[in-house]
Amino acid sequence: MRKGLLAAAAVLAVSLALREDDFALLLLTRVLIVILACLGLNVQFGYAGVVNFAGATFFGVGGYTAAVLARSTAVPHLFILLIGGAAAALAGTILVVPVLRTRGHYAALVTIAFALLFRTFFEVNDALGGPQGLKLPELRIGPVHFNDAIEIGSFFASFYLKYIVLSLLLAALGFAFVLRLERSFIGVALDCIRLDEIAAASFGVDVARWKIVAFTLGNFLIGLAGALSAFMVGFIAPDNYSFGESLIFVSILLLGGLGNPWGLSLASAVVLLLPEKLQVIAEYRFLLFAAVVILILLFRPAGLLPRPLRRLT
Amino acid sequence: MSALLRCRDLSRAFGGLLALEGLDLDVEEGGVLGLIGPNGSGKTTFFNVLTGFFPATRGEVLFAGEPITGLSPQVVYRKGVARTFQRSRLCLPLSIFDNLLIGNHKRLDHRLWSNLVDRRALRRQIEQTFAEARELVRIFDPPLADRLLEPASRIPMIDRRRIEVCRALISRPRLLLLDEPSAGMTQEETMRLMDDILQVKSRLGGLTIILIEHEMTVIERVTERCVVLNYGRKIAEGAYAEIARTPSVREAYLGLE
Repeated sequence: MRKGLLAAAAVLAVSLALREDDFALLLLTRVLIVILACLGLNVQFGYAGVVNFAGATFFGVGGYTAAVLARSTAVPHLFILLIGGAAAALAGTILVVPVLRTRGHYAALVTIAFALLFRTFFEVNDALGGPQGLKLPELRIGPVHFNDAIEIGSFFASFYLKYIVLSLLLAALGFAFVLRLERSFIGVALDCIRLDEIAAASFGVDVARWKIVAFTLGNFLIGLAGALSAFMVGFIAPDNYSFGESLIFVSILLLGGLGNPWGLSLASAVVLLLPEKLQVIAEYRFLLFAAVVILILLFRPAGLLPRPLRRLT
Repeated sequence: MSALLRCRDLSRAFGGLLALEGLDLDVEEGGVLGLIGPNGSGKTTFFNVLTGFFPATRGEVLFAGEPITGLSPQVVYRKGVARTFQRSRLCLPLSIFDNLLIGNHKRLDHRLWSNLVDRRALRRQIEQTFAEARELVRIFDPPLADRLLEPASRIPMIDRRRIEVCRALISRPRLLLLDEPSAGMTQEETMRLMDDILQVKSRLGGLTIILIEHEMTVIERVTERCVVLNYGRKIAEGAYAEIARTPSVREAYLGLE
């Protein structure tokens, strides 16, 4: 709890220091949104062991839901964010049967097929803007207009600061949820399902039920992050939700340390910020970035911050 | 005394192979039954049919007078049947206590609300299970009871066996199925483990045990009655001293002419 508050305070302090730097704040918001999405993936993959190579798709379902609702209905935007999460969770139910029936590589293939299917669906669907995508109106929550710069007396800050506050809030809630889940009987049951389904079933753990719960809760967080991201960018298109993006989500999880929310937060920052910091070396930056990722996985196979042992007492 | 477990004509086929054929078997409440037979004679298959991992192709199982044939492993466990496995199936990356919590699954509250929001009941159940776990493990090995928060991967084989048995016992089952507890252990270690299990049995009162075992000294010492399987069929039944003299058993199992 104290660690979390400190981290949140640090993020806020950095954002305030950089308050006039649009690009820096945009990057920081993206990191927070990706953390939220990866928290969802962590519940699925890190705890229940349900692989999901369609992370970007569920992110996209949240985004498209937000776009359609914000454009053509008067639903308050805060609810739209939540509905975006719910829509992703609902889309996940299409995958429930194959996810329960398959394991390992096969499960990965099923989710990849699902990602391709949805991408095509976004692309050919004219109501969703086809390959050109859709624009979103400005995000408004209560009296706050998110695309207006902040000017109070002599204090001036980029409008991105509002997005930082909102995404920090949601990421913090997601964090609290995931930490509590891990330190609960459900967390123990999910770990047992991941490690040994036969042992789990022998001791009464309803394997199918908890996999569905983990998959659905995870997709909700991913969809919520996707809806927020769509509002912030103001525009969505199928290209934003490619298989490559899904792979980045999964690699953040592995790089950070599967099952550790702190690890995936650190890895989100590394994966999103490092290529930007390496701008000076131009084209070579992705080469260097790839080398860093390979080195980390080679010398720290459990990730940057391996998951610590659960302490319930 | 009534039989806690009653199997009638219990059969299981894998394609054309009859792994278990027409098994009739009764176990009295509070008894210790030894299940012996050569490799592939259907002993573990019997456990797997009993616990709902393989549906029976024919026959019936009554547990405490109630049919449990065809129920899922989860439901069979809830009714009071717990087991160990021939090959260790502990979750090694988790703490020993986490593993014992899994064994206690049916007595813990798994609702989302009490796990995520109002966690008072959760904390109480954690404390209670921790106290029970310490008490139970102490019977098997007092120093091990102080190491419950260490990862299960850090303890030696004998302690892993003990924890597996404790994981099966912590939910206070009525029937305990032990699948070759001696595998990977010395004879003395196995003897000690069995003595500890019998001590728990006398404390709990009413615990019934079925033991699959290759180590005949163990069978001789702890079981009251034995059933011998060969090619999925029961070929003998009785006290160890009797069946050890039966020619068909000596031929099939002990390898004596």
